[in-house]
Amino acid sequence: MAPLFAGWQIYHIKGSPADPNRIYASQTSGWFGQVIQRSDDGGQTWEPVGNRFEYDGVPGTHQWYNGTQHPWEFARVWHLEPSLADPDTIYAGVEDAALFRSTDGGQTWHELSGLRRDSSGHLWQPGAGGLCLHTILLEPQRPGRIFVAISAAGAFRSDDGGETWRPINRGLHSEYIPDPEAEVGHCVHRIALHPSRPQVLFMQKHWDVMRSDDAGESWYEVSGNLPSDFGFPIAVHAHEPETVYVVPIKSDQEHFPPEGKLRVYRSRTGGHEWEPLTKGLPQRDCYVNVLREAMAVDALDPCGIYSGTTGGQVYVSADSGETWQPIVRDLPAVLSVEVQTLP
Amino acid sequence: MIRVVLPPHLRIMARVDGEVALEVEGAATLRSVLDALEAAYPVLRGTIRDQATQRRRPFLRFFACQQDLSHQPPDDRQPEAVAEGVEPLVIVAAIAGG
Repeated sequence: MAPLFAGWQIYHIKGSPADPNRIYASQTSGWFGQVIQRSDDGGQTWEPVGNRFEYDGVPGTHQWYNGTQHPWEFARVWHLEPSLADPDTIYAGVEDAALFRSTDGGQTWHELSGLRRDSSGHLWQPGAGGLCLHTILLEPQRPGRIFVAISAAGAFRSDDGGETWRPINRGLHSEYIPDPEAEVGHCVHRIALHPSRPQVLFMQKHWDVMRSDDAGESWYEVSGNLPSDFGFPIAVHAHEPETVYVVPIKSDQEHFPPEGKLRVYRSRTGGHEWEPLTKGLPQRDCYVNVLREAMAVDALDPCGIYSGTTGGQVYVSADSGETWQPIVRDLPAVLSVEVQTLP
Repeated sequence: MIRVVLPPHLRIMARVDGEVALEVEGAATLRSVLDALEAAYPVLRGTIRDQATQRRRPFLRFFACQQDLSHQPPDDRQPEAVAEGVEPLVIVAAIAGG
C-alpha cells in the first residue's frame, strides 16, 4: 500500500474512541509547517482541517537552553487525543508546549492557557527534542480530569476540563537539573494509565521508571532490576492493570538498547520486578531506538503489543509480549504507533 | 490572470496539476497573490506563510523572471511579466536537510 502523505512527518495519528471511523493525524514538515488531517471513514479518505494554532493572549517566554528567556513559538503538534465521548472534541499537545482543544472536529483550535499560566510556564525549558507537550491522558472515570506531560517540564493535572492546572511532580528526582526535586523542570518522557484504575500512573522519565498510586500527587521509583531505566515509551496491558511494558535504552547519550539487544521489559507486579521479552526481537547488533509515541497495546485477549523503531521496523506480539515478529521492516524512522481494536 | 507554480507537496495538498491561475484584485503584489491563492485553495493556509504573522516560511522562497523576490516587501508590485501572466511566480521549497 502506498504511503499516505508521502514525504511528510506524521507525528501522531489516533482514532476516536467514540467513533472508530473518525481518525485524526498530525502531518508536519520543516518546509510547510503543520497540517491536521481528518478521516471520517476509517482512513479510506482524508481531508485537511484547521491548522491555526495561536497561543492565547501574549504568549510570553520560557527558559531557553542557555538559561535566557525565549518567546513561545508554535512548531508542531506532537500528540492528538480525541475525547472519550465526542468525536468532534479533540486535544492537541504542541511544541512549544501548550494544550489546544477543538470542539468542531479539528476545524478551529483554542489554547487551554491555564496550563502555561498556572504551572510556571516561564520555568519550562526544551528537552533535546524541543519543548513539547507529548502526552495527554483523559481520565475515563472522572470526566474533566486530564493528565499531560511535557519535556522538559514534568507532569501536570487538571480536574476541571483543562481550565486550571497544577504540576504533579513530587517524588521525581532528576540529578541533571539545578534543583533535582524542583516542582517543574523534569524531563518526563511518557505517562500511562489503565482505564479501570486511573489513579495509578506509570511514568518513563528521562532516567527512572516511576509510579504514582494517587493520581500523581506523589511518585516513587519502580525501575527495579531494569538493565537501564532510561527510555521513552511506557504502556499498560489492556486487561492487567499491574502489567507494564518499557523499552530500556542504554543512556541519554546513546539511544540504543543495552548490549545491542532489543528487549521489551515487562513487569507483572506494577514495577520493581521486570523480565526481558526477547523472542523474535533482534538480540545482536541492534542500535535502534523506540520513541515515546511508538508503543501501543490493543484490546484483544490476549493483549497485543506493538513497537516501532527508528530503524523502520514495527514488531508485534500477539501474546502479551511472549513472542514477537516484524510486520514491516523497511519504513523510515517510526514516530508513532497506534492501534484500533474494532468491534 | 496571475500564474503560480507550487512546490510538489503543495500541489498534492491543493489537488492541482501544473500551474495555478489566479484572478487577483488590484495590484499584483506578493500579499495579494498569496491572498488569492489561499482564498482559492484554503488548504494552503499556513503552509507558505505563517497564519498569524504572515511571514514567509523560512524554507520557502519566491522567484519570478530570474529574480529572487523572497525578501521583497509583501506590498511591492510584482514584475510586469508576472502581473500580465507572461511569467509565473514560482514558490520553491529549499533543498535542505541533506
